[in-house]
Amino acid sequence: MNVPTRPRLLPGLTGTPRVLVLAVLLTVLAIGATFLLDPFRNFQLATAAAYLCAVAGLTLLIGLSGQLSLGHAALMIAGGYGYALTSNALTDAGIDGVPRFVASLAAGVLTATLLGLLLGLAAARLRGPYLAGLTLALVVAVPAITSVWSGVFRGDQGLQTAYNPVPPALERLIALEQWQAWVAIIVASVVVTALALLRRGPLGLRMRAVRDDETAARLNGVPARRVKVTAFTVSAAGAGAGGAVLCFVTQSVGPGAYTLAFSLLLVVAAVVGGLGSLGGAALGSAVIVVLPWALNAGTAALDLPADLSQRLAGNLSLLVFGALLIAVMLLRPTGLAGLATSWRRRGTGSGRRPAAGGSGPAAAVAGAGPAAAGTGAASAAPAPAPAPAGTGAALSDADATPDVARSAATEPTDAAAHPRPAGTPASTDPSRTIPIER
Amino acid sequence: MERLAFLLATGLARGAIFALFALSLVLIWRAARIINFAQGAMALVATYLAFAVTALTGSYPAGLAAGILGGAAMGFVVERGLMRHAPHHSPLAGIIVAIGLVMVLQSLLGILFGAQYRPMAAPFDQSPIFVGGVPLLSPYDLFVLVTALGVMGVLALLFTRTSLGLQLRASAFAPEVSRLLGVRVDRMVTIGWMLSAAVAALAAMLLIPTELGLNPHSTDMLFVYAFTVAVVGGLDSPVGALLGGLTVGVVMSLVTGYLGSTVAPIAVLVLLVTVLLVKPGGVFSLREARTA
Repeated sequence: MNVPTRPRLLPGLTGTPRVLVLAVLLTVLAIGATFLLDPFRNFQLATAAAYLCAVAGLTLLIGLSGQLSLGHAALMIAGGYGYALTSNALTDAGIDGVPRFVASLAAGVLTATLLGLLLGLAAARLRGPYLAGLTLALVVAVPAITSVWSGVFRGDQGLQTAYNPVPPALERLIALEQWQAWVAIIVASVVVTALALLRRGPLGLRMRAVRDDETAARLNGVPARRVKVTAFTVSAAGAGAGGAVLCFVTQSVGPGAYTLAFSLLLVVAAVVGGLGSLGGAALGSAVIVVLPWALNAGTAALDLPADLSQRLAGNLSLLVFGALLIAVMLLRPTGLAGLATSWRRRGTGSGRRPAAGGSGPAAAVAGAGPAAAGTGAASAAPAPAPAPAGTGAALSDADATPDVARSAATEPTDAAAHPRPAGTPASTDPSRTIPIER
Repeated sequence: MERLAFLLATGLARGAIFALFALSLVLIWRAARIINFAQGAMALVATYLAFAVTALTGSYPAGLAAGILGGAAMGFVVERGLMRHAPHHSPLAGIIVAIGLVMVLQSLLGILFGAQYRPMAAPFDQSPIFVGGVPLLSPYDLFVLVTALGVMGVLALLFTRTSLGLQLRASAFAPEVSRLLGVRVDRMVTIGWMLSAAVAALAAMLLIPTELGLNPHSTDMLFVYAFTVAVVGGLDSPVGALLGGLTVGVVMSLVTGYLGSTVAPIAVLVLLVTVLLVKPGGVFSLREARTA
């Protein structure tokens, strides 16, 4: 395929190596940035990195597999408790330092993954609103669970963990907050890289196919239930890593921090960033860390009466987040990530906004199959028929082998990052249409 | 034994409220195929209005009427202003918009009225009546039961016996055909939302005097319970909402009475998971409606 692309970083690299090289570069950049920040900013950076683990998993779950979870805070707290319990047990056994951290992190991720597997098994039987309600009930039940089994979870107080000091080799060089930011950044980059690879691969394609048209996906031989369960489990692993890192940074875990409001905040981050986009997840995570702090600083500077500023604290950021959520969903469902792409496109001279066509990405992916197999460029294929074509296109495509379909759909994801030449029909590209279509 | 009778009786009264709220979720589900996650927050706004009107006029019925009308107005504004414009091809878009609305409404209430609990007076005595030495329902519980069951009866009549009810049902089940036959489907959807929001507002106003009081989060648990009720009963079934509501009310009352109020949310979760895994269509639903 020879779609003219904008000048981009590392033009010679494609595929998995490109993802890995970019991941290393971004990680090094982020770690370098910690030297420019004061301790509090580094703490904020560490928090944002921890959130990113969870938001990246959530954005993949909602955007790619079309399952909405309102309970990712519950999965994070599972990761946090897994981390804290293991860390405390290891401290008692006299183990500390890096081995303790790695083992605790693994335990946290494992705990959340198991819980996610259980939820995913239920989720595979359910559609949007039911899954949302189930996960809502889960996150509401978290405080009850911690206080009923208060012997293990210590109720509202939560668990304290011993802190991990800066390793002796770096002691003279960096402060504790900076070290914590490093660890958080490294864990987040591992999580995000793993998710990025998964998104490009066959599993990502299957998740999209199941999201767009489960029946069509099944006819094409995609094991829909297993794909949904896997998506939920993977997403839970990300949330678990996030919870564990947050516990590492704050040295405590308790139900007070993981409320329903926090769970909704993760959804806000995923939606505002742009559903399905990992770069968007990073932007969204930064927004949910920075915005409340900035609003608080703003209202503090206004010198309001004590009563009013007390009522504004917390509520104001919630108000802004809720309004953002509605506005993004109604006006620009591709979120910040979509905004960035359309600016870039304007920059290269093709200012046409994509027609937000009614054709589901399912039809696009499935319908583009043969075309892409022929021309090798799904994004240059003409726009397929409008919405109702879903099943029809899928049926006519029923004999397409998974390999053909795979080559068809990995292409658009890559192409999604680049602008198309002026005048090319836009609506075949899955990333152009609303990312959470069913 | 006395305790059991008391718990059963209060469970029924509480269950009637859950059933009423669940019925409001069923109404929207039938009209627009959406679960309105903002139902609790919308009902809460109406309740704050009722509270203000009662405080101003000193009359409980005036407050109740204002709350119900306010609820219907909320339904109108939310449907015309937001939900109609949400992308329709995905059920998730509507849910996400509703969640945004919850955040906006709750934070606005928090900013305007603060986080403290405002006690809301009940129009009737809340101490239980003793029947043969056994404490049973309070007069207020009786009022709740009668009101809830009465409203459900009126709604059943509306849907089965009136021309408006017929149009509402027709546009819910076959919008395209109804449009061809001259039914104003968009208007019916709006009416469905208004009815639903008014019923939810009534349920919230009946519940809050029995709880801690009015607070920006007073209806959070009501929504979770009612969602459970609607799922247990089957989202398409008003009868399911009623029976499910009474069942869940009694179960919650027994769990709270014998195991403590902290266990109640866990009981909800267990009930929800069990029903969804065993009978995803709901206990009272025959159709397999929830899997793709």
